[in-house]
Amino acid sequence: MANSISINLISGRTIQQGVAIESGKEKPSYRTACGIIEMDASDLKKLGAWKNTNVKVTTDYGSVIVKAIEATQGPHPGVAFIPMGPWANSVVSNNTYSTGMPTFKGTPAKVEVAINEPVLLGIELVQRQCGVKVG
Amino acid sequence: MTKVITDVICPFCGTLCDDVEVTVSDDGKKLLEVANACVIGTEKFLHSQSSDRVTKPRLRQEDGSWKEISYEEAADYTAKLLAKAKKPLMYGWSSTNCEAQSVGNEIAEIAKACCDNTAAVCHGTTLIAVQDIGLPSCTLGEVKNRADRVIFWGCNPAHAHPRHMSRYSIFPRGFFTGKGQMSRKIVVVDPRCTDTAKMADVHLQIEQGRDYELLDALRVALKGEWLPDVVAGIPAEKIREVADILKSGRFGIIFFGMGVTQSLSKNHNIDAAIALTKDLNEYTKYSIMPMRGHYNVTGSGEVFAWQFGFPYSVDLTRGFARYNPGDSSSIDLLLRGEVDAMFTIGSDPGAHFPISAVKQIAKVDSVCIDPHLTPTSGVSKLHVPVAFNGVETGGNCYRMDNVPIDCRKVVEPPVGMLTDLDFLTMVCTKLKKLKGVA
Repeated sequence: MANSISINLISGRTIQQGVAIESGKEKPSYRTACGIIEMDASDLKKLGAWKNTNVKVTTDYGSVIVKAIEATQGPHPGVAFIPMGPWANSVVSNNTYSTGMPTFKGTPAKVEVAINEPVLLGIELVQRQCGVKVG
Repeated sequence: MTKVITDVICPFCGTLCDDVEVTVSDDGKKLLEVANACVIGTEKFLHSQSSDRVTKPRLRQEDGSWKEISYEEAADYTAKLLAKAKKPLMYGWSSTNCEAQSVGNEIAEIAKACCDNTAAVCHGTTLIAVQDIGLPSCTLGEVKNRADRVIFWGCNPAHAHPRHMSRYSIFPRGFFTGKGQMSRKIVVVDPRCTDTAKMADVHLQIEQGRDYELLDALRVALKGEWLPDVVAGIPAEKIREVADILKSGRFGIIFFGMGVTQSLSKNHNIDAAIALTKDLNEYTKYSIMPMRGHYNVTGSGEVFAWQFGFPYSVDLTRGFARYNPGDSSSIDLLLRGEVDAMFTIGSDPGAHFPISAVKQIAKVDSVCIDPHLTPTSGVSKLHVPVAFNGVETGGNCYRMDNVPIDCRKVVEPPVGMLTDLDFLTMVCTKLKKLKGVA
């Protein structure tokens, strides 16, 4: 058990993410689908976290609170997956290396338990980080 | 009495399924049921009917609240924003039809804007690779009827293109593939044991980001040359076994996705995949195809190419089209802080760009044209809701294999709501007046 573990972060589509974006990104179902990190059972064990615990994911590009769940398409020890969306994009590498394409897959990340921190809704998460005033 | 409309096109992913059946009310105003579509496509059709939908343009006020305005005022705001800006970025286009894209390009030319589509964060690197070494491709019909070797590299159609496998690539019984799945060998290359990988004959669980090495190792194995014991986490014997499977087919297809386009090496991964396809053609017939995401991102690339000569990342600020990904691409423009106005249509960069780029969008004057509430509308100054393309209006779209298909209107949009094309035409007329263009 450790306070934090290092993982290789990737992102991508899931069918739940697809349904959630079409049913409304302002809804909590978007957070349920995408405000998560899929981690291998062995990595959860190393972290000392139960399934469905909120965790803080930190990279060189930012940090975000998401819910850690056990990998649905595993095993993939050492690799963690956040479905594409504002939660993943709060922490992925923005380096394009002159190709125009950010490096969405393969960002080294640190994961630590953040049991008392809330996972924000999608639009709220982006607005807060951008400092948008909401009336 | 209800009516059933058949052969409806699904406006979700690049598979552009054309066999959807939609039940609508007798007066054509309510969409009641959807058949044949996947769960995502069904949700897209049904969400157009939601009661909490925004139906009028809204302008953000000083205190952060929204004020409803008319389409006329919204078009005025948009035209003035584009006329005033020195380097506006017009981004998106992939969830609207080619007709609207074409008017958008006219606007971009007058406004001397940078314009880009969602390939910027999707298959942009594929387009670079195609320009490097070409693309031996085919149609999905040929895949269905002929392909007996199917490789999914860094893509997961079970989640991203849910009906791709049943319509074209794994299960259908085609002319030369009469036994359906039994006629085909499926190879999946992915660092996760995805739901697509679970259907495969062989799953190569590659070390994440080492696609280039494995692609090259397969090229070496095809030629029977020496290989290290393990490449990208895959034992050499396994690589040789897969090379033999690939060689022994009559017609093979490599489908690839974000696993290769978004990992390090990017366009060079695709170079290697296309080179592998070329090598395989020395033994049998092979094609390669990108798994395009949005239902009309391919069309956007086509329209950009007809009108500007380049498929994405077009910079018109000098009055003529320049193309230089890394310089004229959306993410780089935003990260360098060069964009002074943001125009988004048919996409959601707020959710799908790295947050550092989204912060730049929030800093400048911006308009978001989208039927949904999204993180982009959440950081934009003006939100213009429009009719759902492919549901409430028709128009031309391109499938992932570059086959154009006309989408169909199945239900009326809410009263008074404009389509993308209507709104863009209004903006174009107003911008011409402002700029003194005849």
